[in-house]
Amino acid sequence: MAEFRMPSLGADMEAGTLVEWLVKPGQSVKRGDIVCVVETQKGAIEVEIFESGTVAELLVQPGTEVPVGTVLALVRGEGEPELPAREQPAAPAAQPAPPPPPPPVARRPGGGPRASPAARNAAQVLGVDLAGVQGSGPGGAITLADVERAAAQAKPKPEARRTSGMRQAIAAAMSRSKREIPHYYLSTRVDLGRALAWLRAENERRSVADRLLPVVLMLKASGLAARRFPNINGFFVDGEFRAAPDVHLGVAISLKDGLVAPALHSVPDKPLGLLMSELSDLIQRARSSELADPTLTVTSMGDNGAESVFGVIFPPQVALVGFGRIAEGHVNLSLSADHRVSDGLSGSTFLTAIDRLLQKPEEL
Amino acid sequence: MSPALPPFLDRGGALARLRELMLIRRFEERSAEAYSAGKIRGFLHLYIGEEACAVGTLRALTPDDSVVSHYREHGHALCRGIPARAIMAEMYAKAQGCSRGRGGSMHLFDASRRFFGGNAIVGGTMPLAVGLALADQMQHRRRVTACFLGDGAAAEGEFHESLNLASLWELPVLFLCENNLYAMGTALLRHQAQPDLAARAATYDMPSRAVDGMDVIAVEEAARAAATAVREGLGPQFLELKTYRFRSHSLYDPELYRDKREVEEWKKRDPIALFEARLRAESLLGDADRERLAREVEAEVADAMAFAEAGTPEPVEDLLKDVTTPREGR
Amino acid sequence: MRTTYREAVRMGLREALQRDPRAFLMGEDVGMYGGCYACSKGLLAEFGPERVRDTPLSESAFVGAGIGAALNGMRPIVEVMTVNFSMLALDQIVNTAATLRHMSGGQVSVPLVIRMATGAGRQVAAQHSHSFEAWFAHIPGLRVLAPATLEDARGMLWTALQDPDPVVIFEHAMLYAMEGELAEGAGAVEIERAAIRRPGAHVSLITYGGSLRKCLEAATQLSQQGIEAEVVDLRSLRPLDDETLFASVARTRRAVIVDEGWKTGSLAAEVSARLCERVFYELDAPIARVCSAEAPIPYARHLEEAALPQPARIVEAVRGLLHG
Repeated sequence: MAEFRMPSLGADMEAGTLVEWLVKPGQSVKRGDIVCVVETQKGAIEVEIFESGTVAELLVQPGTEVPVGTVLALVRGEGEPELPAREQPAAPAAQPAPPPPPPPVARRPGGGPRASPAARNAAQVLGVDLAGVQGSGPGGAITLADVERAAAQAKPKPEARRTSGMRQAIAAAMSRSKREIPHYYLSTRVDLGRALAWLRAENERRSVADRLLPVVLMLKASGLAARRFPNINGFFVDGEFRAAPDVHLGVAISLKDGLVAPALHSVPDKPLGLLMSELSDLIQRARSSELADPTLTVTSMGDNGAESVFGVIFPPQVALVGFGRIAEGHVNLSLSADHRVSDGLSGSTFLTAIDRLLQKPEEL
Repeated sequence: MSPALPPFLDRGGALARLRELMLIRRFEERSAEAYSAGKIRGFLHLYIGEEACAVGTLRALTPDDSVVSHYREHGHALCRGIPARAIMAEMYAKAQGCSRGRGGSMHLFDASRRFFGGNAIVGGTMPLAVGLALADQMQHRRRVTACFLGDGAAAEGEFHESLNLASLWELPVLFLCENNLYAMGTALLRHQAQPDLAARAATYDMPSRAVDGMDVIAVEEAARAAATAVREGLGPQFLELKTYRFRSHSLYDPELYRDKREVEEWKKRDPIALFEARLRAESLLGDADRERLAREVEAEVADAMAFAEAGTPEPVEDLLKDVTTPREGR
Repeated sequence: MRTTYREAVRMGLREALQRDPRAFLMGEDVGMYGGCYACSKGLLAEFGPERVRDTPLSESAFVGAGIGAALNGMRPIVEVMTVNFSMLALDQIVNTAATLRHMSGGQVSVPLVIRMATGAGRQVAAQHSHSFEAWFAHIPGLRVLAPATLEDARGMLWTALQDPDPVVIFEHAMLYAMEGELAEGAGAVEIERAAIRRPGAHVSLITYGGSLRKCLEAATQLSQQGIEAEVVDLRSLRPLDDETLFASVARTRRAVIVDEGWKTGSLAAEVSARLCERVFYELDAPIARVCSAEAPIPYARHLEEAALPQPARIVEAVRGLLHG
């Protein structure tokens, strides 16, 4: 059965009004016959049929306006070659145009940060040193908002001692954290006997280059636990918390002129050996501050340092896990957490989970 | 009609020409179908009724000659040898089209067959043809540039400028004016103070005559004679082919500017019917021939449509390709 | 040697006709008259009427003929007497020369050169004083050049002639009489890069064609005021040499674009937009334009002078960027 459709009668025609049928059901038609009249912008057009056959049914009444392509009638054909069924309206596939070449991200000749005129203006007025401002504009350029944000965190009196850019950034972030995040603190003492013994045995069968440090067990355990406690792992932004789909642990690394916490990605899913090599790599490379990437930060004192650490949460994260110095097979495990997002009970359960994981090192 | 058949109309030649006429007719009909179904977009100008002009004139040319045509050029393209597939694919906007899908119905190109468009600006073909002919003359090549134009073009300044220049420099252009009595919706008598176009051309001091454009034999005889003279270096020639289009200017206009009876009158001189009748009278064509030709033509056009349907669009990433010619090492 | 821009053009034409047998010159009064601006004086006698062709006053036909001839194996140099008359041939240039390659799917190229005189300053009134370089620079498929020095007038033609695509060359009418030094062996030059005619640290004066001289004059005046202007001669208007432009403005941090076209929709507007897109963060001041006043160019001398860019206005524009 052939479909006789409202034809496209002009370059920009979208719909037409059927004015008159010139055939009846049961009437035989041959190719080229005029079967109806359609009204268009230009006037009434006689429409021919391209197949021969017998009119089976008229589907649209005269006086009706229908879009191009609407089936107007059914015609029982005579077996002439038909056109393939009309596809979806021939709108060209909306392919994205080739992307424009990326703007040059290189530093300006002569150094110095890239900042919009508005930002520069504001920096001058507000007394902000552009060198210390993190840019959020195109290509990392500094925007007006960046400058204003930096100004809000700046001390009223300029420091006599010149501080590095990184220090300034850390200062700004930590101040903001303390100002905005209602911290609460929990700690527990974890028995590392089994873990350390397992580690010794494990390391004996590994080559020197592949040996694992205790910190990697702690990271893995923290990561696995974090997966089960979404309100420890995510970001508090614009007044609401968004749990992160994966666990990327920021590893706090102390540097000469500051602190960085670059992320180890997808910690719960990686084997210890891989985590170890990634960690070593991170420490070696740690220069840039990737505060935004990690979903939860872990800080560890290692072999030296304080017995416990109660750190300041890196915004917009909502928790910080601390491992104090390992002494006599024990370590103090602490949690600083955002009370807007979690409370003591869940925080406590989280710590317990880490503890339990560290009791079964072979399963990490 | 001429009393005796010209020598090129032996049986083979006759059937070949009839086939061409029928091919153009069927191709145009099926193009209309495709346009109605939204497969061909933009503008479509059908050559139905004018087939004898293309068949007769293109037969007078050699592969070395150049052809420049206007937007009602499917017939010229087919007779020049551009495959129906390539033309249909072009109208379907496929990369397999003769202009890679970039031109559509009005801009068919085939450099290998020296077919230089396909031009949508009325009169725009003429200066280009003059230039092609100029180059042939300067390089001492005995070639003809066939330049198709409509009666509408006779009103454009380019008509005057081009005829003048071609005649002044004695350039080998064969101007083929397909006078179908209407410039889109404006009748000849309403746009030409002097409607005798052959006479107009003659004022540029070039041989010029009018021919019955519905008679494919007359068209070919006139075209051969004119082309021969042009090729001899005797300067340009002008043929006014008096013809008629049976369909609207483009798909679709309601033809408010002409009387249906006029169309019916002209249909009585359908070039295909006329030629067929002549051939039958000369016993060059029988029913079996006719049916065979119809089947062949049907199959060829159906193949063209299937080919076009199956074609692929040019990748969007290639949009900027060939705006200019690629250079070595850049 | 000491010579003129006009002579340099003529040398270029002569070289073209001598070296490339496919080349020929075609246009109004290029033959017996010797060229409206005397650029083709003596060439008819030297090369004959086949190679140096006087045409009727039929811009559309002879520009179109140039396209056809280029398609068919020749290398025509079509001279449109001035850009003012080119409008009669715009259809051929835009709808045929510029489009044939793309529209045919890459099957043909049009190796055509069109030369046109352009610009104002001789009190020849509105219809003979246009600067439409921007219109042509707008069209994909065309190359547009503006030789502003003797060297470029001498050397751009040959390179343009060897280009497979249509090239439009604009010769500012006020430059023909310009005198200067031209190296003895001066020949073909490249046609793609802009040129830093005068280096400077404080502002980039970006210009082309007839306005180059005015910018150099303005730069001299500015230098006396302690302001060092870098003068950038665009040379190629389409495509624009982005690299040189961006590098210059990135260094100087300020840009004044000097363009004899009317300011609205000008080539200066295009350059300005590109600078904003790419060197925004280097800018220390808004981008300024010095263009012709928005009026048909008048006949009276003082009015014409006031309408066109002048060194004084350029200096003023620069100072405006530096001080309040």
